[in-house]
Amino acid sequence: MAPERTSLARPVEPDEQTAPGDDALLPAVPEDAPELMPAVEPERRLDDWGRSERVEGIFDRTIVDFFYRYWFRVEAEGLENVPSEGGALLVSNHSGALPPDAAVINKVIKEEHPHPRPVHITVEHFFKGYPGFSMLIPKIGCVAAHPANVHRLLHDERKLVLVFPEGRKGTEKLYRDRYRLRRFGRGGFVEAAMRAEAQLVPLCVVGAEEAAPIFAHADFMQRLTGLLYFPITPTFPWLGPLGMLGYLPAKFKIRFLEPIDTRELGGAAAVDDKALVQTVSQEIRARIQDNLHDMLAKRKSVWFG
Amino acid sequence: MSGRRVLLTGLASYWGGRLAQALEGFEQIETIIGVDADDPTMELERTEFVRVSNRHGLIQRIVRAAEIDTVIDARLIVNSVAASSRVTHENNVIGTMNILAACSGPGSPVRKFVFKSSAHYYGCEQDDPSFFTESMRRPHPPHTALERDIVDAESAVQDFAVKTPEVEVTVLRCANVLGPDVDTAFTRMFSLPAVPMVLGFDPRVQFVHEDDVVHALEHAALNSVPGVFNVAGDGVLTLTEAVGLLGKTYLPILPPYGTGLIAGPLRRLGLRIPNEMWNQLRFGRGLDNRAYKAAGFHYGYTTREAVMRFGEHLRLSPVMRGGEHEYTYEREVEEFLRWSPHVQRDREGAEADREPLGI
Repeated sequence: MAPERTSLARPVEPDEQTAPGDDALLPAVPEDAPELMPAVEPERRLDDWGRSERVEGIFDRTIVDFFYRYWFRVEAEGLENVPSEGGALLVSNHSGALPPDAAVINKVIKEEHPHPRPVHITVEHFFKGYPGFSMLIPKIGCVAAHPANVHRLLHDERKLVLVFPEGRKGTEKLYRDRYRLRRFGRGGFVEAAMRAEAQLVPLCVVGAEEAAPIFAHADFMQRLTGLLYFPITPTFPWLGPLGMLGYLPAKFKIRFLEPIDTRELGGAAAVDDKALVQTVSQEIRARIQDNLHDMLAKRKSVWFG
Repeated sequence: MSGRRVLLTGLASYWGGRLAQALEGFEQIETIIGVDADDPTMELERTEFVRVSNRHGLIQRIVRAAEIDTVIDARLIVNSVAASSRVTHENNVIGTMNILAACSGPGSPVRKFVFKSSAHYYGCEQDDPSFFTESMRRPHPPHTALERDIVDAESAVQDFAVKTPEVEVTVLRCANVLGPDVDTAFTRMFSLPAVPMVLGFDPRVQFVHEDDVVHALEHAALNSVPGVFNVAGDGVLTLTEAVGLLGKTYLPILPPYGTGLIAGPLRRLGLRIPNEMWNQLRFGRGLDNRAYKAAGFHYGYTTREAVMRFGEHLRLSPVMRGGEHEYTYEREVEEFLRWSPHVQRDREGAEADREPLGI
């Protein structure tokens, strides 16, 4: 197991949640009022999050489809654990220099789920600062990982949302640390799901670690370029920026685990119970880690599964 | 409440004039008094204009003498290009303080205060939520003078609301406004032959039609809706989508970095992008407009419709140019029309020759 970095005296990071304002003047908004949500304008090609069916479709039919079918040969189990309706938060392990797991999870649900729904992928807000990337990322279904965004998606729009609680700690870990889950944030994802009374669906992805291994980090180059990190992979930086897409043809296996109904945990009323939030977060982490070990033990070959 | 007595500040401003015109149509409003340091810019039927600067002593005398029960303050400057930073500060912060001072004090007849604020209150940053709700405060301190002034003005209003619980305070935070008559940073930008964009960024934008803003202020004046509310049309577009709806082309010519360096040359070319808009052109901003809808307000336009209406106006304006006469305020004429015993006031359909509001 990776060294446990969770401690009670964790530092308060300012970007966690927008602080509530002076509530002397705040109006009372009805909690469940779907008629107040903006109506969908069918003439539009984009939704209010900036997601573009057209751009997403182009990616989906070409590069994602190729990787999904022929390169990674994705196999999935436990899709019945993904609810067909209502808000649900998919919680996954995370890896790879330019993580392939999010697109693959989205594609699996699109291809194999009996009632496919688009998955909204939460990403670090750093992407909003990169020119070019910032245009593309929302168009293919990513939203900034802000608690208010997750809440709106889960509670008001009842969508499927994918989170990687490890965040960048997961993607920047080196090859030798593969399949060792990092710290699961501060349990923010559990809080968001509880507040929205949505389902929590843990899932494990095997293969992404070998598809995009990171051997080292070039700290000097990271500081020079201002990127999140500057990894050394089999193809990056040797093949330039496109080298980030130079995935190795590892066999992907995805297992969706049994969902947790946050209403049984007490729902929105229990959000302030930090002990409960941390316990659930730890339990989900342990379940994903156990299942990863199980899947790895059964895997005969990295490339053929 | 019968026989409402309303005081409008900033009558010469676009919103002051539009709102006065709108309120004149309501019979339950007995008196409308508008104050400003400048002459009104729109033709008014029964609104009384008093030329007065933002000095609280004078405004207080008017408030008490006329037994004003509702004060509507729609004079905030929300575009740093429209006025110098000194004038903006004077108007937004000192002016608001003075008007609040004029409404408070023992024995004040004021029972309702409506304040038009701006979504610039939230600012625009990389780590913003995609939809701001009224309960969110901006995550970072403001770094342009205009945003600072708006935050200061609003905190003065919130302070007033806490200290004078007998006054019902409504704050409306308006998104960027589009419309044929209003002059905002976005209407100017969309009027250019091609719309400049920051290279590599396609921000989310949300607009509200000018008529919806007038109706929103009207709704706050006529109904009991205490609290802070976002005012923004349904739907958030991306800038390229909005430019496409206008039928224009976009030019990604603004560099993503070093915008401070490029601002000077651009200004010389006649393109002035307000400081508070640079981040908006990069990261965009969306507002949650559900609270005001829950308070009974209905929007006439979605963001998309507001953009399309504005596009129609842009295409028509070269044809329509010069058709309308400019209104100039002549005190003697206005006083004659209001007070002379020879003017026939009961004439039916006096409203008919004026442009109808809204659609």
